[in-house]
Amino acid sequence: MEFLSYLINGISLGSVFAIIALGYTMVYGIAKMLNFAHGDVIMVGSYVVFVSVNSMELPTVVSVLLSIVVCIVLGVVIEGIAYKPLRQAPKLAVLITAIGVSYFLQNVALLIFGADTKSFQSVVKADPITFAGGQVVVSVETIVTIAACIIIVLALSYFMKHSKMGRAMLAVSEDSGAAQLMGINVNRTITVTFAIGSGLAAIAGVLLCSAYPALTPYTGSMPGIKAFVAAVFGGIGSIPGALIGGILLGIIEIMGKAYISSQLADAIVFGVLIVVLIVKPTGLLGKQIQEKV
Amino acid sequence: MNMIKSMSKTTKNNAITYAMVIIAFAVVQTMVMTGNITSLMNGLLVPLCTYVILAISLNLTVGILGELSLGHAGFMCVGAFSSSIFSQLTVDVITTGWMRFSLAIILGAIMAGLFGFLVGIPVLRLKGDYLAIVTLAFGEIVKNVINAIYVGIDEAGVHFSLQDVTSLGLSETGLVLIKGPRGITGTPKDSTFVIGVILIIITLIVILNLMNSRTGRAIMSIRDNRIAAESVGINITKYKLLAFAISAALAGVAGALYAHNLSTLTALPKNFGYNMSIMILVFVVLGGIGNIRGSIIAAVVLTLIPELLRSLNDYRMLMYAIVLIVTMICTWSPKIKELRERYSLQNWIQKKKHAKEVV
Amino acid sequence: MKKNLLKRMMSLTMVAAMALSMAGCGGSAATEEATTSDSTASAETSEGGTFKIGGIGPTTGAVAIAGASVKAGAEIAVEEINAAGGINGMMVEMNYQDDEHDAEKAINAYNTLKDWGMQVLMGTVTSNPCIGVAPEAEADNMFLLTPCASAVECIVADNAFRVCFSDPNQGAASAQYIVDNGVADKVAVIYDSSDVYSSGIYESFAAGAAEYGVDIVETQAFTSESRTDFSVQIQKAKASGAELVYIPIYYSDATLILAEAVKQGYDARFFGCDGLDGILNVEGFDTSLAEGLMLLTPFAADATDDLTVSFVEKYMDKVGEVPNQYAADGYDAIYIIKAAAEAAGVTADMDYSTICDLMVPVMTEITVAGLTGPAMTWEASGEPNKDPKVVEIVDGAYVLMQ
Repeated sequence: MEFLSYLINGISLGSVFAIIALGYTMVYGIAKMLNFAHGDVIMVGSYVVFVSVNSMELPTVVSVLLSIVVCIVLGVVIEGIAYKPLRQAPKLAVLITAIGVSYFLQNVALLIFGADTKSFQSVVKADPITFAGGQVVVSVETIVTIAACIIIVLALSYFMKHSKMGRAMLAVSEDSGAAQLMGINVNRTITVTFAIGSGLAAIAGVLLCSAYPALTPYTGSMPGIKAFVAAVFGGIGSIPGALIGGILLGIIEIMGKAYISSQLADAIVFGVLIVVLIVKPTGLLGKQIQEKV
Repeated sequence: MNMIKSMSKTTKNNAITYAMVIIAFAVVQTMVMTGNITSLMNGLLVPLCTYVILAISLNLTVGILGELSLGHAGFMCVGAFSSSIFSQLTVDVITTGWMRFSLAIILGAIMAGLFGFLVGIPVLRLKGDYLAIVTLAFGEIVKNVINAIYVGIDEAGVHFSLQDVTSLGLSETGLVLIKGPRGITGTPKDSTFVIGVILIIITLIVILNLMNSRTGRAIMSIRDNRIAAESVGINITKYKLLAFAISAALAGVAGALYAHNLSTLTALPKNFGYNMSIMILVFVVLGGIGNIRGSIIAAVVLTLIPELLRSLNDYRMLMYAIVLIVTMICTWSPKIKELRERYSLQNWIQKKKHAKEVV
Repeated sequence: MKKNLLKRMMSLTMVAAMALSMAGCGGSAATEEATTSDSTASAETSEGGTFKIGGIGPTTGAVAIAGASVKAGAEIAVEEINAAGGINGMMVEMNYQDDEHDAEKAINAYNTLKDWGMQVLMGTVTSNPCIGVAPEAEADNMFLLTPCASAVECIVADNAFRVCFSDPNQGAASAQYIVDNGVADKVAVIYDSSDVYSSGIYESFAAGAAEYGVDIVETQAFTSESRTDFSVQIQKAKASGAELVYIPIYYSDATLILAEAVKQGYDARFFGCDGLDGILNVEGFDTSLAEGLMLLTPFAADATDDLTVSFVEKYMDKVGEVPNQYAADGYDAIYIIKAAAEAAGVTADMDYSTICDLMVPVMTEITVAGLTGPAMTWEASGEPNKDPKVVEIVDGAYVLMQ
């Protein structure tokens, strides 16, 4: 029974990682950059919900939608100002800019909201479900998180396969030069990718803070890094990979804490990652890169 | 005069780098001697040396070997802790400060290099971002383990525990070496500016000579085209490992310098986490990938900026972030490049010259 | 290639120069503001000169709350003192620097303050940086009073004192309280194994528990990298059958632990230390979760004595939040410095070393009535003598237990 509840908690934590990892993976697949500021967009999304629920007293649905809109706008603005001018620059230059954006968002949040922890009121309010005679307790947040994750992955996969924009994204991720020759507006495609990724970050922020209700300017950075690990775990650039990577990471973290050592939880997660990458050098579902001579 | 002319371009370039370090040292040292230096600057001298060494050594991995590493702070951490333990154990045995410290530095370098080698064997099979993430993972593991472990020593030998100091079961005379998250306290303060500069020079000699040697050219050929390098018979794994281990060992030297400048050594996310690795990477990228002199300047400038911005109070770190973004955009944006070319001083002078010639 | 480098360097220096020039403007504006706010209090009575107190604490980074609260609390004390005529006729000026909770940055901050002309140091706020700065202060013979750095190593030097309790003091006192009052027989512990404060208290609690006969049935840790999910820790505590969970951690993590316990339907009591103070004021926190929480703290914002009431009112005006114990420690620290400086007969023209020599011996003689203790005295070791209070949260407010 204990095992079952660890498993459920692991999947719940993993689902949050997975949604964040989706944003990472999409941006990486299409713009070929590691968007280190992704975690901080999550934090911004959470603050928007916090302010609109607590101070403006908006209904939950409206505030979640507002948060998604704000994050999409933020994502597009960041992309336009900080990343677009660097399209031709070396990859590392863009990485450093992303780190700069990350520091920027954290410090702006620090100036506006202060360093004090804000407690986040869960956006879903209902009693937890118990079964197996009270041995296993599943909270509504857990169910909503897992459900949201599944819906998002299904919707994204459908979008990528069947919409024009989605196929344009696939084309750009395969070969942006060739895609441009075929008449795809690469710049616009990348902007849309950032918009989708940031929208997902807003949802991830709401879910993260509903399940773990403590919000500070640094809330996004560690889940952001872990989601990045999850994305690599599953094979960066792959949408099902992000899902599997995220959920596995959540389960490993919880199981490691439960059965090995709660002090060494991080070492266990990262250790498993190293082993997986040594066995499968491009992640679980990553494509084997063909080397051209 | 003839000698300078006959020097090759690289030699001249390297000479400039050495000269820059030595002149900077001479100027600062005179200021220290004559007491014309603020306490802030005086306190910053050793950290500056540490960051310069870190930046140069990471440039070996990133710029010369061409692999992205996000775990450089992990190697620094290994060097810092091993050298610090050594100093604590031998503080009564070896009373000559410089000798104990040199041995500590060498030990720190060897330990970090060994870790670099061990991590490198599996890791260097990976490519690009996968390698980056594994180095990041390594750094986090080192930090996590050091934070969880308690180490003590007494006549019965070395004791380990994951619980607390009492569970080490040390005898009366036992000495606690690492106290979990409280790390190591009471490391002798052996680091000085002079030693720091000597270490920078040694690092420079190692790296610049490596770059201009047969080995260095082999490493760079791997970076530029791995398959071509392999086809001409270069042992990829050997050279990659070599570069990676040297880079790690030099990070260990920086770690030893860092550890012996502070009386408290703890593995916090701030000093040995991925944040630190990223900060070193920022030095390398901003200074120019593969450019050693650039790394030195960038490390110095970027360490000084947050300190000199102290008067800004709460806006300090925000300014730092803006500096990062603006510098990257100014350097790489095509539009700004164009603007710069149009209004650059050099062009302006050239145009004038040109105009004169036409007249 | 070479030209490229030149340009890169140029842009780097350009940006740096820009940043610095901006810093220059910002800096002068900031200091102007500071001096006006100080001098408005009593500009005409400043013939006694100014007494420069340096403050160091994290105002950015993950534990910025501690540094920012101390700063605000200390500023209130400085304003009050200046309004009342200063220390021995000297106006007090405080310069507070950020250390990002990092030992190296703390030393930079310390050196910056020395350049500014600091005469005594109120800091550093957190333990690790304090352990780094203390030897510097000892070498310089600079008087050091830390408001809340609780690790043992912080004040080993003769010139270092603290306002708060030490970690071992708190852990042992908790164990003793639990036994003496029969709060629980079986205890589980959840602590932050990556944090100096938390692991320090845990260690002394474990030792105290063995001594007084408290049965620790489960010990769980978490780290700064895995502080989001506490489901495992709570589940293990629940399975162990512990009646009480000892949580020597900071309140931001405690909000998550309490919420998780309710989620899992685990109705044990929770007991913590001064790091939990402030939990009732977390914006958006459902205080019913903290019902029955007991904590060992020197300060309760809900106390009804005049000093606390007036401080809370001023703090609310200034910051817009209810003060926590860090703020109270910061406030007390300034008054302790005042008491010591007055007893030692410090004047504005003395250098820091002279001041230190004068202030250290009087520290063991003075008695200060502050927010965190009605009659605090000090040992030569630097430790304060004051009684820890145990408060319980009843109906969303602190109630003193005894």
